[in-house]
Formats: sequence, C-alpha cells, structure tokens
Amino acid sequence: MDLSEAYLTLWSDLDGVFSMALVSLVGLIVVVVDAFRNDHPSLPWMGAAALLASIGWELSVLGDAPGTALFGAVRTGGFAAFVNLIILVSGLLTIVLSVPYLDQLKRAYGEVYALILFATAGMIMLGTANTLISVFVGLETMSICLYIMTGLVREDEGSIESALKYFLLGAFSTGFFLYGIALLYGATGTMVLPEMAAGLEASGSTLLFWGGVALLLIGFMFKVSAVPFHMWTPDVYQGAPTTLTGYMSTASKASAFASLILVLFYALPTERWSLVLAFIAVVTMVLGNVLALSQPNVKRMLAYSSVAHAGYVLVGLTAASPAGYAGALYYLLVYAVMNIGAFGVMAFLEWDGKEGREQTLDSLAGIGFRRPALGASMGFFMFSLTGLPPLAGFTGKWFVFAPAVNAGLTWLVFIAVLMSAVSAYYYLRVVYVFWMLSPEDVPEAAEAQNAAFPVPASSIAVIVACAVTLLVLFVLSGNVMGFAEGLFEEAASMASMP
Amino acid sequence: MDVSLLVRLILLLPLVGALVNGLAPLFLPSLRQSEGLIGTLGTAVVAIPFALTLYLFMTYGGDPVVVDFYTWMAAGDLSLDFAYRVDELSLIMTLIVTGVGGVIHLYSVGYMHGDDGFWRFFAYLNLFIFAMLNLVLANNLPVLFLGWEGVGLCSYLLIGFWYTDLSNSAAANKAFIVNRIGDFAFLMAMFLLFSELGSLDFDVLLNEGVSALSASTINWAVLLLFIGATGKSAQIPLFVWLPDAMAGPTPVSALIHAATMVTSGLYLLARLSPLVLNAPVIMAVIAIVGALTAIMAATIAIAQYDIKKVLAYSTVSQLGYMFMAAGVGAFFVAIFHVLTHAFFKACLFLGSGSVIHSMEHVEHELEHEHGEDMSDFDPQDMRTMGNLGRFMPSTSATYLIATFAISGIPLLAGFFSKDEILFKAFEYGFNGHPYAWFVWGVGIITALLTAFYMTRSYVLTFRGSPRWPKPDVVHPHESPTTMTAPLWILAFFSVVAGFIGLPAVIADGKWNLIHHYLGAPYGGPVAEPELAAHVPLALEWGLIALGSLIAIGGVAWAWRSYSAHGVAYDDRLQARLGSLYDWWQGKYYWDEAYDRTVVRPLLEGSRQGLWPFDDYVVDGAVNGVARLAQGASGVLRRLQTGVVQNYALAIVLGVVLVIGLMLFG
Repeated sequence: MDLSEAYLTLWSDLDGVFSMALVSLVGLIVVVVDAFRNDHPSLPWMGAAALLASIGWELSVLGDAPGTALFGAVRTGGFAAFVNLIILVSGLLTIVLSVPYLDQLKRAYGEVYALILFATAGMIMLGTANTLISVFVGLETMSICLYIMTGLVREDEGSIESALKYFLLGAFSTGFFLYGIALLYGATGTMVLPEMAAGLEASGSTLLFWGGVALLLIGFMFKVSAVPFHMWTPDVYQGAPTTLTGYMSTASKASAFASLILVLFYALPTERWSLVLAFIAVVTMVLGNVLALSQPNVKRMLAYSSVAHAGYVLVGLTAASPAGYAGALYYLLVYAVMNIGAFGVMAFLEWDGKEGREQTLDSLAGIGFRRPALGASMGFFMFSLTGLPPLAGFTGKWFVFAPAVNAGLTWLVFIAVLMSAVSAYYYLRVVYVFWMLSPEDVPEAAEAQNAAFPVPASSIAVIVACAVTLLVLFVLSGNVMGFAEGLFEEAASMASMP
Repeated sequence: MDVSLLVRLILLLPLVGALVNGLAPLFLPSLRQSEGLIGTLGTAVVAIPFALTLYLFMTYGGDPVVVDFYTWMAAGDLSLDFAYRVDELSLIMTLIVTGVGGVIHLYSVGYMHGDDGFWRFFAYLNLFIFAMLNLVLANNLPVLFLGWEGVGLCSYLLIGFWYTDLSNSAAANKAFIVNRIGDFAFLMAMFLLFSELGSLDFDVLLNEGVSALSASTINWAVLLLFIGATGKSAQIPLFVWLPDAMAGPTPVSALIHAATMVTSGLYLLARLSPLVLNAPVIMAVIAIVGALTAIMAATIAIAQYDIKKVLAYSTVSQLGYMFMAAGVGAFFVAIFHVLTHAFFKACLFLGSGSVIHSMEHVEHELEHEHGEDMSDFDPQDMRTMGNLGRFMPSTSATYLIATFAISGIPLLAGFFSKDEILFKAFEYGFNGHPYAWFVWGVGIITALLTAFYMTRSYVLTFRGSPRWPKPDVVHPHESPTTMTAPLWILAFFSVVAGFIGLPAVIADGKWNLIHHYLGAPYGGPVAEPELAAHVPLALEWGLIALGSLIAIGGVAWAWRSYSAHGVAYDDRLQARLGSLYDWWQGKYYWDEAYDRTVVRPLLEGSRQGLWPFDDYVVDGAVNGVARLAQGASGVLRRLQTGVVQNYALAIVLGVVLVIGLMLFG
C-alpha cells in the first residue's frame, strides 16, 4: 500500500471519526483566532457550535453497525456514537456553564475552550479505541489538557498545588499503564484489542499477559479514581475551577470507563479480572462513601462521591455480561448529567473568591430561598445521586446492580446498596442545608449573606434542563437501556461469526 | 383515525389540563381569577376525549385493540408496559368517565364560582379524570393499580379541598388510610398472581390464568382483589370512609364518590370475570357482603337528616347491589347498573349541590341582611328545607326524575338495571346456588327501602312547608344554567339509559343490547356462568311485576307519610321501631367500634410499645451506626495527608495488591 492509497482510506474513513476530526480542527482554529483576537468572546461559541454539530452527527449514526476506522485504530458504530454523545454533551454543558463562571473569576481565556475541545477529542479517541496505541494516545491527550485546566487560576496556590499533584501522580500512573501495554504486546504480539485473545493462545505466555492486564487496569483505575488510586481526586476536584471539575469528573470518567469496557469486552477472557474489579469496587465504594460523610466542603464531598460512583460502575463491570456493560454505559450517561448539574450549581454559589475551595456547606444555609431554581435543581441532583426514584440515578443503580446479582455477586451488591444508604446522609444534608437551615443559625452564613450570586438566565436554564433530563432519563430508562444492551449483543454476535 | 393516536389524546388531554390548570396559576397568581379560562380549559380536556371515545365506540370493530406506548422497565420476568386496551368494557367505562365527568366539570364552573381555589379544583378534577382513564384503559394490573392509586390520591385531595376546616382534612385522611388497607390486599393479589403466573397482562391473565393457576390460588387472588375492591368501592368492612368523604365539594361527591371512582371495584371484577367465575366460594362471599352492605346502608339512609349523607349511604347501598350482581356471576349487569347509577346518582348529587348552594345563600342573606344568628344553621340539613320545589323548579323536577329512577319506577333507567340484578340473583338460585336466594330476598327488601328513603329525601326537601327562619322574607333561588343544564342532561339519561338493557322477557332477550355488547357469549370481554335451568316465562313476568310493585309501593308509602306529617314522621318511625331505629341513626356504630377495637389500641400500643422501641432500639442502632461511620470517616481522613509522596505510596501499594490478586488470586 503506497501513501496515496493510505490517504484515500483516511479520507473515506472520515465519516467514522467525524466528531474527533471536527472537534480537533475547531480546537486548532480557536487557538489560532485567540492568537490574533485575544480572549475574544466568540471563542467559546465556536467550540459550542462544533460540539453541537458533532452531537447532531453522532445522533444520526447512532443506529450504525459496529465497525472500525483509520486502519482499525478506533471503533465506529452505535457504541462509539453513544460514548461520544456522553462526552460531547458533557463538553457542551461545560462550555455553556463555564462562560459566565470564568467571567466571574476573571479568567475568560480563549485557551480554556481550545483545551476543552482538545480534551474532548482525546476522550473520543480513548472511549472508542480499538488498539492499545489509541487508548494511550487518547488518554494522554485528555490528561494533559486536564492538568492545564486544573491549574487555570495561576495566582491561586491551591489551584497550582492541585495541578501539580495531578500531573505528578498522573505521570506516575502512566508509567504503569505503558508498562502494561508493553507486557501485553509481548504476550500477544498485537496491539489490536479483538486480536489479543488469539495472540495469547498462540504464544501461551499467560503470566506475562495477566501481569500486563493488571498494570493496564491500574492505569484505568487511576483515571476513574478507584481506591487506592484515588488520592489525587479530592485535592484536584477541590482546587480546580468548579465547572471544569464537573467536566473532569464526568466526561473523563465516561471515556476511561468506555475504553475499559472495550478492553474487557474485546480483549480479555472473563476469568481472573472479575474478582480483582470486585475487590477494588468494594474498597472504592466503602472508602468513597465513608470519607464523603465528614467533608464540610461540597466540592470535596462531591469528589469523594465521585470516587464512590466509580465503585458503583465497577460493580456493573464485574458482571462481565452485556447487561452489565450496558448498565455501566447508562450509568455514565446519568452520572454525567447529574454531576455536571451539581458542580454547575456549586459554581454559581461561590462567594469565597477561591473557586469554592474554602467555603463550607453550612455557609450556604437557606440559599434555596434566595436562588430557588438553583436550590430546587440541586435537590434533583442530590436525590438522583442518592439513587431515589423517580430520577434516573435510581434506574442507573438498578441497571448496574441487577447484572451483578445475576452473575452471582450478591454479596457485592449487598455492600453497594448499604453504601448507597450511607450516601443518603451526605447528599440529603445538602438539601437540608439549602432549604431547611436558617442562615441565622449558622455563624459562617453571615458572609455568604452579603454575596450577590449573580446567575445568568442561560446558566439557570442549562441547570434546570439537566434536572429535567434526569426525570426524562428515568421515564425512558427502558428504551435507553435496551438500546445499550443491543449494542453489545450485536457486537457479540458479530464477533462470534467467523 | 389511528387508534393509538386517539388513545394517546384521550389519556393525555386531561393530564395536560391538570398540568396547565395546576401550574400556570400557581406561578402566575393573576391567572387565578380567570375562571372562564380555567373552567373552559378544564371542561374541554374532558369533553374532547369524550367525543374521541364516542368516535372509537362507533368505529369499534369487535376485536380488542392493545396500544403499547412503551416499556417502562423490565426486570427479570417482570415487564412493565404502559399498555392500554380498547375493548367493549373499557369503552363503556371511558364513556361514563368522560361523559359524566364532562357534565360535572361544566356544573363545577357554576358551583365553584368565586372560590379561591377554583384553579386548584379544576387541576385536581382533571388529574382525577387522567388517573381514572388509566384505571379503566389499562392492559395490565400494574398500570391499573397506578390509576387506582391515582384516583385515591385525587379523592384525598378533593375531600380535603377546603383543608382549613380540620374535619375536612380528617375525612380526607380517613378515606386515604382506609383505602390503603384495601390497596394492600390488591398488592398482595398482584404479588400472588405474578409469582404463580409470571405475568400481570390481562391477555395472559384471562387466557392462560384459568388453566394455569390452581384452584386455591384463584380463590386467594380473587379474595384479595375483592378486599381491595371493598376499600375503593365502599363495602363492608371498609365502607366507613365514603359517608365522611361528603366533606368535599358536591361535584366531587357526584363524580368521584358516586359515578366513577367507587365503581372501579366492580370494573376490576368485571375485567377479571373469567378468573372470578372460577372461585365460586369467593363469589358467594362477594354476593353476601354486597347484600349485607346494601341493606345495612339502606337502613342507615332512612334515619339521616343531612341530604348528602342520605345520598352517600344510598351510594354504598347501590354499590352493594352491584356486588350482589357480581357475586351471582352477572358481571355485565353490574356494569349496566354502574352505568345507570352513574346518571341518576350524579343527577341526585348535583341536585343536592344545587339545593345546598341556594340554602347557603339563604343563610348568608339571613345573617347579613336580617341580622339573624345563623351559627346553628346547617345548609345541608333537610330539617331546615321544605317546599324548595316552588323556588327551584328545575332542580326539583330533575331530582324527582332521578329519585324515581333509583327507586326503580318502571321504564326508568334504574328499573331495568335493578330488576336485572334481582332476576339474575333469582336465576342463579334457581340453578342450584342457595346463597343466591338469600341475596335475592335481601335485594327485594333493599329495593323497598331505597324507594322509601329516596322519596323521603325528595319530599322533605322539595315539598311541604318551608322550615328555615323567616320563610316569607327570604327564599332560595334557582341555580344558574351552568348548573341546571347538567341536571337536565343527567335526568334525561336517567330516563332513557335503561333501554339498552331490556329484560329477557321481551323478545327472548334479543334487545338486551348491553348484554350482547359486553357478554362473552357474544364475543365481549365479560364472562358469565353457564346456566342450565331457565326461569319460566310466566315467573319472569311475575318477578318484574313484584319489582315494580315494590318500587311503587315504597314511593307511595313515603310520599303519603312525609307529605302528611313532614319531618315528624321520623319520630313516629322511631317510636315504632325503637332501638332498631337508634341503631340506624347511629349508623350501626361502625365508627365507634373501629375506634375502640382498631384505632385506639393501635395508638395506645404505638405510644406504649413502639414509641420507646423506636426511640431506644431503632434510633439507638441508627445513631450508633451513624456515629461509627462518622468516627471511621474521621480516622480515614488522616490518610489523606495532602503530601504527594504519600499518594504515590498508596498507588504502589495498590499496584502490589492488584498484581497479587490478578496473578495469584
């Protein structure tokens, strides 16, 4: 194959990677425009338009059959479209919420939006990867953008500190990840996920293989902040600008989990890893939930909550069944909506001038009556995070727990449900403080009383839309779940064909 | 037009109405005064579905149409579909709900005029219609149950509509709590059927249920469903909430507590009639409970002075009649009586509402323009009425028509349906089911009592001489057209609705249209028992003659007695019947008995036993666990040192752990 033929194939595969290409391209344009028109207010909307166009594209290819593009580097079809939709919607919500928020922080840099776009492109590559190379490239593209976004507020030492911690630990874990890839390549002689099982059979070096799998899992576990690889999460989430934390905690997790699902589904035999994931799920859920109990700061509480939710998703993965994977996908979708919403609310309730890093939850006593739309939406998000019907958080938990029960892991689900009950305490406390605590009773609330909390109507609309989406996703849960399950069944039946 | 689209519209229009009427004025208080807008919208979203149902009814091809909207959730064998079923039975029920409902919405525009909660009232009423349509159109028990609970909720909201009066709230609570007891049985029935059959769809339940389920399962399921029905349809032992439910506005009493919601128990039995027929023992229970309820409520009604209480007990009694029909396997007759009863009882309730409306004006006028002390005056008490017929001709005439209809005066609606019930009971006894004789006997006596107490209420209200203070100066006025027009509509149907169910003596039952429409032998959904022995034609005529005589006799007796003596005739009755009358007046002391045997022991037991248990044991455990978790959290927090080297160390430990588990676990 000469080079011109390769270019032709690349060109013809463009529709398979349309979103990634478009988002990257617009990211470059934003950087270039920013160089000439520094921090021009139209920059975020260029990014939003690109994401919106990509969302439209992905919706149109949602029904496509699974396939690959770019010489087998990335997957296309329904699964890829579903994952991309989660990522793109998270990105779009983040941009819309970040514009007024970063204006308030006086950090309305054009580069932020380019970074969001580049991170989104990286996530798309990661979430649809078909080879370990794509996994790695996507992961690093995403991570480097996130490191920079964390340290956005350069003058603030908390922000710098968290960015540096994130970078150091990220680099550390990448080492393990890369080593795992090397071992897997050594054991199977291939980087392409669906060919690994055959490669392993040919070489027979199982020890090498499973060692590689362990190191690879560690890399993933770091990205999804599973215990004990989670230590960076609270510090980073607390220090980063709030809307960007929302982005980090949802889109990056969704794509890392999607990639992990692809690895588990296409590359690994079901033996061995299920128990490892179950073990990690248990410690993740227990530690995440128990530590969230004693956090006075909402961002830090949400960080531990995000650790706990990674544990719930892992419960779905341990089932190693199409239903479990589909449940995890549904959960990631729901989690993206409710967590971006929750961080969005907190972004507009900041008064400490330090990205909400230091203000306590109690200082927001009775805030629901001053900002009813935000307060009521926060109620939706907290109830959904707890997992109460009629919100999508309930069906999400159901869809990840039920397959685990079917796979015989009742003890695991038992712990998961107990831990969900624990989580009710710290989630509902937010609702309690917002609506039932009077500011006169809390000394810290005095300062917050003077804060203006200017919230643009567009942001309120986005946050309320997130809250309503949770209701819609609950009502349509059967349809979404049926679709997601169909993806894996279709892929499995295609794989079993010679 | 597409059936699925029509069903969507029929169901969703009332919901839209409820949302718009409920939410828009809630957020825009200025809208609350636009009664015209709210009333028009509220009525239209019921009237349009009525027209659509009528179209469906006309074009119905004879085969049930199932409209499956979407699967709400699926777990294991359980699949919850929002599926709706259009067949003869659901069409008839939908016509009643939207038709009578529409008329009552129209009436409410006049009745609720000037009330601060006008918008709230219409929002609840529309929500009720939505829930009720879910109930009658559902294609599986869970959706039916959603509707069942929905109407219960709306009933609660509307009974306690004037919630600032504590007794109204108490009545609402009572209705809700008593209904929950029945609902619990309903839930148990669903659990039982699901565990035995694996599906709650009507198609499966009715086609495979009979052969797949064991006799004892069917018995238990039908019994539990019947207990559920005794709650919603006010039968012994759970009827006690219905008389209190009259605390709500009168249109609510007419719509929910007479015409529609309280008949849902009958609908349930008719829908599941193939199953019920396979539980002969439980059928006997149903028939006997129905008969006892009928006669008990009828006797209580004789001794009541509150015009709405009379109608409330009359409703309980008539519902008992319908259960009698169901208990002798004549489900289609039960539905027939549901239909005719909807017309005349709604007419009676709306008529009483019209009376109360005008008596309230009398009270108001006396108090403010004549300075009378009206604190003891009760606008619902028949002892303060009399001769209203002179001032309210339309109300009086329609009330009289409906009274004759419910009494069973020949050729009016009630005559046909009631006579059919009595005949079916007789026929079932004739076919060797002795309990049906008892039911028939009780039915005959109840028919006499019904004619008596209904005529009593008419005569006391509309005839005789006025009994309110200063009758020469102050007198009531006829209600506005928005209220009298519905009365005439309902009165008209109280006259003609019976002709769709002409008895078997005429042309050998060929003209019993409702039987041909609903009955399973003619392809309908309502099953019926096979009866070998036929009642001879002469005996049938005799039974009809007996029924007519009973009705006319009862009416004549009450008419003459109360015209001659007025309210004083009650004292004569009391003197003659002695303590029996006291029992009637005291409503058989059901409330007192429940208070003593259930409510108080429960409260006392909770206070003495459960409260301390909750305080020390349950709360102790919960707080203990919470403190433990908080403590653990405090300790574990220290792991999060903030020092990046320690974080890296944790990762290394994790690496060792994962590799170890992966390779050697």
